[in-house]
Amino acid sequence: MHLTIADLKKGEKGTITDSSSEDIPLKLLEMGCLPGNTVHLLQLAPFADPMYLNVNDSFLAIRKETAALIIIKKIDE
Amino acid sequence: MSKQINVALIGNPNTGKTSVFNALTGLNQKVGNYPGITVDKKQGICKLSRGVKAHILDLPGTYSLNASSLDENVVIELLLNKNDKDYPDVAIIVSDVENLKRNLLLFTQIKDLKIPTILVINMSDLMNRKGISLDIELLEAKLHTKIALVSTRKNNGIQELKQLIENYKTISKETCLDTSSIDTAYFESLQKAFPNQDVYKLWLVITQDANFGKITRQELDISKFKTKSNQELKRLQQKEAIKRYQFINSILKEGQTIDRSKATGLRSKLDRLLIHKVWGYVIFFWILLTIFQAIYDWATVPMDLIDTTFASLAEWVKNTFPNGGMVTDLVAEGIVSGIGGIVIFIPQIAFLFLFISILEESGYMSRVVFLMDRIMRRFGLSGKSLVPLISGTACAIPAVMATRNIENWKERLITILVVPFTTCSARLPVYLIIIALVIPEGSIIGLSYQALTLMALYLLGFGMAIFSAYILDRVLRTRHKTFFVVEMPNYKLPLLKNVIITVIEKTKTFVFEAGKIILAISIILWVLASYGPGDKFNNAEAYIEPTTQTSYERNDQIAAFKLEHSYIGIIGKTIEPLIKPLGYDWKVGIGLVASFAAREVFVGTLATIYSVGSANEGENIDTIKNKMQNETYADGTKVFTLASGISLLLFYAFAMQCMSTLAIVKRETKSWKWPILQLIGMTAIAYICALIAFQFLK
Repeated sequence: MHLTIADLKKGEKGTITDSSSEDIPLKLLEMGCLPGNTVHLLQLAPFADPMYLNVNDSFLAIRKETAALIIIKKIDE
Repeated sequence: MSKQINVALIGNPNTGKTSVFNALTGLNQKVGNYPGITVDKKQGICKLSRGVKAHILDLPGTYSLNASSLDENVVIELLLNKNDKDYPDVAIIVSDVENLKRNLLLFTQIKDLKIPTILVINMSDLMNRKGISLDIELLEAKLHTKIALVSTRKNNGIQELKQLIENYKTISKETCLDTSSIDTAYFESLQKAFPNQDVYKLWLVITQDANFGKITRQELDISKFKTKSNQELKRLQQKEAIKRYQFINSILKEGQTIDRSKATGLRSKLDRLLIHKVWGYVIFFWILLTIFQAIYDWATVPMDLIDTTFASLAEWVKNTFPNGGMVTDLVAEGIVSGIGGIVIFIPQIAFLFLFISILEESGYMSRVVFLMDRIMRRFGLSGKSLVPLISGTACAIPAVMATRNIENWKERLITILVVPFTTCSARLPVYLIIIALVIPEGSIIGLSYQALTLMALYLLGFGMAIFSAYILDRVLRTRHKTFFVVEMPNYKLPLLKNVIITVIEKTKTFVFEAGKIILAISIILWVLASYGPGDKFNNAEAYIEPTTQTSYERNDQIAAFKLEHSYIGIIGKTIEPLIKPLGYDWKVGIGLVASFAAREVFVGTLATIYSVGSANEGENIDTIKNKMQNETYADGTKVFTLASGISLLLFYAFAMQCMSTLAIVKRETKSWKWPILQLIGMTAIAYICALIAFQFLK
């Protein structure tokens, strides 16, 4: 099983390895959800959904179902 | 032809684009509509030196040239159509100094369309504090552009920007990217098929068609040329984004240094509180309460003033214009009170937009969307539906318009369909008089029954909106996928100038857009109530016996008799069998019909029907109340009892009685199907609830 953004816990970081799923909105790619960029999970709404991220210096919120489509490699600090 | 430079102002949302627009044009701006769609078209004039003027078009905020909403689509349509009269001589891309990387994506796309482009780096006053330094010369050279460092907050850099606009001809048209490298073979074949067209433009037309919908006003027919599947196109678009970021990163590596240690923790500190799992909600509801308080409490002073002013104006017209003429009556009773009925809502609408624009400008609104999305989604709505639902408590018209930034069509449609259930300010006068009539005075734990009833009606409106959203979510089947990306902008202090301009602009839109319809219907209603067929209407004096009553009372009785036999009276009598089971007589029926213009007309209409002469809302509410209280059927039973009162309240809470809302829903959904569904569905719910309530309580 691949790790995705939805698996991150509050405060954790990851590097995007694949964001080519067809169901990821183009807007998200254009905001920087592209392979090689770092994702930092800043905060979670109740039920861990939506998720508040910092990607590529952009601050944005996406739903968990979308986050589960973006595959990452966890960065251990 | 006078020399006028066409300037298009383009930028990501939350970059302060509107502040730049306001700084360039001042109050020299107007808001219109793009033909066929209700996206606001904001344009203004900026005076440059030597009598040269710039025509500035403030385009909707967008993250890229791939539209995902109606608003964004406007930008693409304009930039792809060289024949459009607004096609820019020069584009200004407004970017935010803290988000330069992402902002440059859009910049490079516009550059690749070979449009001369100026880059505005806004909020440059924050550079030191955030530890950002830029090598402007290097950036200008690498991006083939001119850069203006602007701070709208400190009012810096606007003069320099004006100079750049004036000298736009010196700006290079060189592209940033070799776009054909996205897919060399495909781009070559594209170029071969349309040798006279710019290949990047062709690419945008094709991908736009796949993403969002056909571009309506373009001269190319690309349908024969769609040799790639949507999936393949999307992969290429991702490749394009990667290539653009590679280009941008390579430039920023040299041209920008960020000292991260200087970043202040304001965002994370505020976020920790404002979107806290408990405190976040507490603060949000506290803010909501303040807004309600403002709308209902603070707004009453100017509203009362407007009310009395228009009443005395109508009186003045009656006394000054030629006596008893048709024109005098039309002006006094139709037009003046019609306009009064529009103006009276200005204080509430202005207050509402004052708060909404402060919340939006400060960056707080995105946090609310974040907090509420999960809860709203359960009912088929989006976190973004919350703003429309709150706006709906002032008026459904701006609320329906405020749904535009919901990208997901199904969520947007459901929001539009349920918004009219929220208690708009037009229902308030109706509620007030009926509550005063049927709900006993007295209180429980310090809260009066009447106030509690009013609150219950507001909750009922929200509850019904949420409940019907839940049902619609299960009934409606659409192919649209869920789509939710919200930028969480930096917190900032709202700029007073921006807030004021927003308030003025939104109020103006309400007055002129909704006002036109309300005024027209007021006049029609006046005609229907002032004319009637046959002798009973035209010769009413002969039917009222001159007995012991005073001439004043007699005039009132004649007026009431005339109304009964006017066209609108006949309508009321015709629908009486239908509304009888709900506990209403034909007079209430007239009020219901009249409410189609605007619900608040109900009170005024009843005033006339119950022959209170020139009574108007507010000051004479007691007299209307007394008359209504004493109103009986032929057998002596009272018309207004607890049963019929509750039934009437429920009817007003749920029925779709607003022509203006139906008109705006038609415009926003581009189909009569949805407003008709709303009209029938809501009115049916209202009828059934009112019927059940009356039959149980009577």
